[in-house]
Amino acid sequence: MSALKDVILEYVKNEYLEEGDDREVNFDTPLISGGIVDSFSMVSLKVFLETKYNISIPDAKASPEAFDSVNNIIVLLKEFGIE
Amino acid sequence: MPTNQPHMRPYEEEYANFTWETSRKELGYKDGDVINIGEYCTDRICRQGKGDKLALIWEGHSGEEKRYTFNDMRQLTNTIADFLQKLGIQPGERVCLFMDKVPELYFGFLGVLKMGAIVQPLFSAFGSESLLTRLDNAKTRAIFTQKKHLPKVRNITKDLPELKHIIVVDDDGLKPLRELEVAFHMDKAERIDKFDIYPSLAETPSVLHYTSGTTGQPKGAQHVHYSIISQYITAKYVLDLKDDDIYWCTADPGWVTGTSYGIIGAWSNGVTQCVLDAGFKAETWYKFIEKHKISMWYSAPTAIRALMKEGNEVVKKFDLSSLRHLASVGEPLNAEAVIWSKEVFGLYFHDTFWQTETGCIVISNYPGMKIKPGSMGKPFPGIEATVVDLKTHEPIEKKGIVGMIALKPGWPSMVRTYWNNESTYKSKFSKGWYHCGDRASIDEDGYYWFVGRDDDVINTGGHLVGPFEIESALLEHPAVAESAVVGKPDPVNMEVVKAFITLKPGFNSDKMLELEIMNFVRKKLSALAMPQEIEFVDSLPKTRSGKIMRRVLRAKEWGEEIGDISTLENDM
Repeated sequence: MSALKDVILEYVKNEYLEEGDDREVNFDTPLISGGIVDSFSMVSLKVFLETKYNISIPDAKASPEAFDSVNNIIVLLKEFGIE
Repeated sequence: MPTNQPHMRPYEEEYANFTWETSRKELGYKDGDVINIGEYCTDRICRQGKGDKLALIWEGHSGEEKRYTFNDMRQLTNTIADFLQKLGIQPGERVCLFMDKVPELYFGFLGVLKMGAIVQPLFSAFGSESLLTRLDNAKTRAIFTQKKHLPKVRNITKDLPELKHIIVVDDDGLKPLRELEVAFHMDKAERIDKFDIYPSLAETPSVLHYTSGTTGQPKGAQHVHYSIISQYITAKYVLDLKDDDIYWCTADPGWVTGTSYGIIGAWSNGVTQCVLDAGFKAETWYKFIEKHKISMWYSAPTAIRALMKEGNEVVKKFDLSSLRHLASVGEPLNAEAVIWSKEVFGLYFHDTFWQTETGCIVISNYPGMKIKPGSMGKPFPGIEATVVDLKTHEPIEKKGIVGMIALKPGWPSMVRTYWNNESTYKSKFSKGWYHCGDRASIDEDGYYWFVGRDDDVINTGGHLVGPFEIESALLEHPAVAESAVVGKPDPVNMEVVKAFITLKPGFNSDKMLELEIMNFVRKKLSALAMPQEIEFVDSLPKTRSGKIMRRVLRAKEWGEEIGDISTLENDM
């Protein structure tokens, strides 16, 4: 579980924070409502998860709520058998 | 709670009798007077005895809150103006605001105007390349930004010889600032009570907003201080702003709604407004309305549809009874959303239509006027509108026929030119009409019905995105041989960006490459410009002269007739 969490957190930090942006991002940091990942960028995060874990996340499940923190994403992935 | 008796008289009566003189009189303006938007929104309101009234209630994403009265705002905008003057910024020079929705953005806007410079707000989600294009075009002299966006500015500083000052509003001193960079802390700076406001006149340039077109790079729509005559009265009549309203405009001032109605319209009316500097989340939004007892809410169809998607149950958790009037802007508001809002809020969202170039609402649904869900409404009093034939450019007399929306030039907030691009500006006019680039029809009752854009510009989430800029960025990716970008239908954002790509030899189309290209565009331009879908194809439809036919791809996405393809070179 922690490896999975770390992979996603690392991806978020690398992809959505500018180089030199030293904001602290942890497993609970609000990503969407906190303005780190906007609603348009959410699609790229969804594609990352789908590609990395070979799953298909239906649009209905890809809500701002479900993507709002690394911990929320972990809960979502669980539904697809990824732990 | 404010009364529900609208400011505006019944529509037909208002349309027949209205002149812009109403607004000029209420603002105390006569021909030849000094008119400065910064002064009109702050000092003038304080002179009306509203200095202690709240101007801004600001909330950040972690719940922190700041409150400023009109007198605070008057002094802080003076402080910013004074700071810029001491840096050596001259009237007429361009000062960019590249920040999230923090108080410094709002007060910076008015502060820049107070000292006579031209304010250039840019959406803080832009990547370095989008920023470079716009700063280079405007030959911007100074930029306000935040620590988090500083790396994007630093990436391009070497390519901007005219940029002399990078002002960081939240520097914490932990890392040294570099050459050209200077820290400015608005809340800690000495407040300036008296400042000699620049004596701008009606036609003095004020705001430079960049907007995308089908071809070429984005154009800087240049507005003047006289625009406030339109913005004040449309905010009063269409948004129905009243003295005791608590107003929330969800738009970002990086775009024109966020300045015309998120700054000028609200504050020239002396109204308290709330700003939420946080990403979208239904519960957060409803909680914000409940907490601050928001009475007038101006939002966007994309947000409304996203709220619809979250369902009706979540609405019931909050007391939203303070709401008394709702309006939306950005793209057409579909009938379902209008009906839904009546069901859950007990109020209709009133669709409004306008664009960067118009500077103010030009076609709208009005408080007290019968709403036809899905319609854009009727022209604002003082605006002469029609639809013109797409080929002859003559007004279409017959009802129900689709043409291009056209406006008779001359309303106060009309764009005065495109920055260094007068020829494109002139091309927007024909036979005495300004062409909006949107197609619509007019029904028997005079209501306008939106049909679509008349060009390849993509309206995604209420923001216009030019395909050319995205295609140019795509070509910089090592795997991309050719690309064509079109809008594809989307239930929430109306349209999203879709890219068709042919690959260079040696590259294979797969999901990883798709993701890599998406992120490449997002970082270079912005998330708005990032293709939400990429289709790898063997070839793109082209004319015999080699021009990519975007309309063929677009028609396929929308399930429309492809039209004349006699010039098509290949079978795709």
